[in-house]
Amino acid sequence: MQKVEPFLLSGNLAIAYAIKQLNVDVVSAYPITPQTTIIEKISEYVAKGELKANFMLVESEHSAISACLSAAASGARVFTSSSSQGLLLMHEILFITSALRLPVVMVVANRSVSAPINIWNDHGDIMPQRDTGWIQFFVESAQEAYDKVIQAYRIAEDKRVRLPIMVNMDGIVLSHTYEPVYPLSDSEVASFSPWNLSLKRLDPDNPLTIGGFCYPDYYFETRYQSSKALEDSLPIISKVDKEFGKLSGRSYGLVSPLKCDDADAILVSIGSISTTIRATVKKLREKGKKVGMVSLKLFRPFPLNELIKSIKNAKAIGIIDRALSPGAVAGPLFTDVTSALYLSKMSIPAVNFFVGLGGRDVKVEDIESMFANLKKILKSGKIEKHSYYVGLRE
Amino acid sequence: MPFKNLKEIIVRQDFFSPGHGLCAGCGAAQIARIVMKIAGKNSIMINATGCLEVSTTTYPWTAWKVPYIHVAFENAAAVASGIRAAYDALIMKKKLDKDVNVVVLAGDGGTADIGLQALSGAFERGDRIVYICYDNEAYMNTGIQRSGATPYDAWTTTSPAGQKTLKKDLMGIAIAHRVKYAATATISYLLDAANKVEKALSISGPSFIHWLQPCTIGWRYDPKLTVKLSRLAVKTGLWPLYEHYDGFNKLTVQVPRRTPVLEYLKLQGRFRHIMDNQEELAKIQSYADELATKFGLGPVTE
Repeated sequence: MQKVEPFLLSGNLAIAYAIKQLNVDVVSAYPITPQTTIIEKISEYVAKGELKANFMLVESEHSAISACLSAAASGARVFTSSSSQGLLLMHEILFITSALRLPVVMVVANRSVSAPINIWNDHGDIMPQRDTGWIQFFVESAQEAYDKVIQAYRIAEDKRVRLPIMVNMDGIVLSHTYEPVYPLSDSEVASFSPWNLSLKRLDPDNPLTIGGFCYPDYYFETRYQSSKALEDSLPIISKVDKEFGKLSGRSYGLVSPLKCDDADAILVSIGSISTTIRATVKKLREKGKKVGMVSLKLFRPFPLNELIKSIKNAKAIGIIDRALSPGAVAGPLFTDVTSALYLSKMSIPAVNFFVGLGGRDVKVEDIESMFANLKKILKSGKIEKHSYYVGLRE
Repeated sequence: MPFKNLKEIIVRQDFFSPGHGLCAGCGAAQIARIVMKIAGKNSIMINATGCLEVSTTTYPWTAWKVPYIHVAFENAAAVASGIRAAYDALIMKKKLDKDVNVVVLAGDGGTADIGLQALSGAFERGDRIVYICYDNEAYMNTGIQRSGATPYDAWTTTSPAGQKTLKKDLMGIAIAHRVKYAATATISYLLDAANKVEKALSISGPSFIHWLQPCTIGWRYDPKLTVKLSRLAVKTGLWPLYEHYDGFNKLTVQVPRRTPVLEYLKLQGRFRHIMDNQEELAKIQSYADELATKFGLGPVTE
């Protein structure tokens, strides 16, 4: 590992820098806050000749993802990014990208969805994409965003995987906050995630028909295969993360637990809020409270076994959702985690905390109140309510 | 060099195979076959969702001997642009050395309606793609619903009393984007169409061909009449064959003596409800007369 000085980068700029080092061939994107500075920076790299790529300016996110899909099908390494309404507009094509097994990498600067229009962070945009068949990471820092994008190309282009990947990074909170970021050297990136043309592609010497029509006699099998591919990608994702750790000294795991072994109360979360929870856990531990937390780094495929290993000793669990799922049994993450518990034949009391919608700050005090809530359950052995809207004015 | 006769074209190798599931008498199959004969092996075919796509790619079969991709309904132009961008980038970076023709075949719904935005983007960027709209004047794949390209008075399942507006002027839309080459075509004038495809392939930016394609099911006619109807569309002046190159329109097939529109309309069940309606027939005739004046066609001769 080379000794390098850190750069001071926002999440967006860290990603743009990774894309330059990854020597991406085609970039297609459409402006939307808070993702825009990624594509502005990439445009600059392309204009200066620092990145030899075709930057395709499109009239919508729908065309951006469509062009990335077909460019990937032509053998190019591609990148796009979006947020909020833009991601919703891509929705249709996201399913097709994964079912056609194309290694598109996208960064989502997570933002709320309209209405009302709001440009700040929550997970309202990404949760409707849960079933699109993409590998989905969540990151907690600009450094992690940079590292995950580099890992993403290695995983997506692996012949055993061949699936698109979304790297989710909380908008504004991470996309626009400057942090020291330790980059790899260009050659380290090139050797860790090398580009190759060996994947099947739109090639006149070996004509393939991609995206054909299936009657009921083949459709089910085809959809099953892409679903199975997503499931089977989990050990490869884990292996790539470990290898990345050897190269950079930074690996993240599929889940990132803290003090879970002897914790009575555990909070489960995704994204940047996890960093606040981690700090809160440390603070409460100093006061002798038996609390823990686990942050899911991988959301799809869902790291069921790894998560269960972390939370199995808990006596009460709080699951944090930054998106609503109106009319559902509970929030999206709560539903996943409690299903995992059920399948593992565990019945640990669990409650759902909805927080931080539309960029509302989630403070250490808010996290403390969630732990206090779990403590009540520990004491009484009873769950009064299954869901809490923390910080909501009624 | 333009083709001088049909034989020159017909002897060429086929990259669109028989055995597809398109209807007997379907004009789209003939378009696909002729386009592929001209575009040749080093081409990538893109389809929007539609009749041509579902009937030629039924898994595990395919009618296409060139690389083929279909993604969705409204994005054929964006998909084509992505392929163009990829090949340009890979050639620039010396990862590939052989270039390809990027050819789209999309229906009127996928072009004039749901796909118009993506097409506008490709035109505006100046991407080197050949976009061919095979226009059968309604959503035929879903069972004959009106589109923005359905002609005035035509019956469809969603215009049961007849379409009440004129067809969208797709050529006008393409030309307004300053595309270098745009042309109209139809299968009854095959040599004319073939030369337009050849020219479109040679253009360094986007090119557009608006290709009228009679549909036996949707237009309600005997399959043997496909070529005849295609010819009558031209002879009546309802489908002027012209090209737009570098800012100028040029008629490519002159019609010195026009056939009355009734001869074209009466063969099609979709116009049956106006056969005794002189007022409506006169309106369609006057629309044809307008086009004739615009493009310099001859007078109507009974």
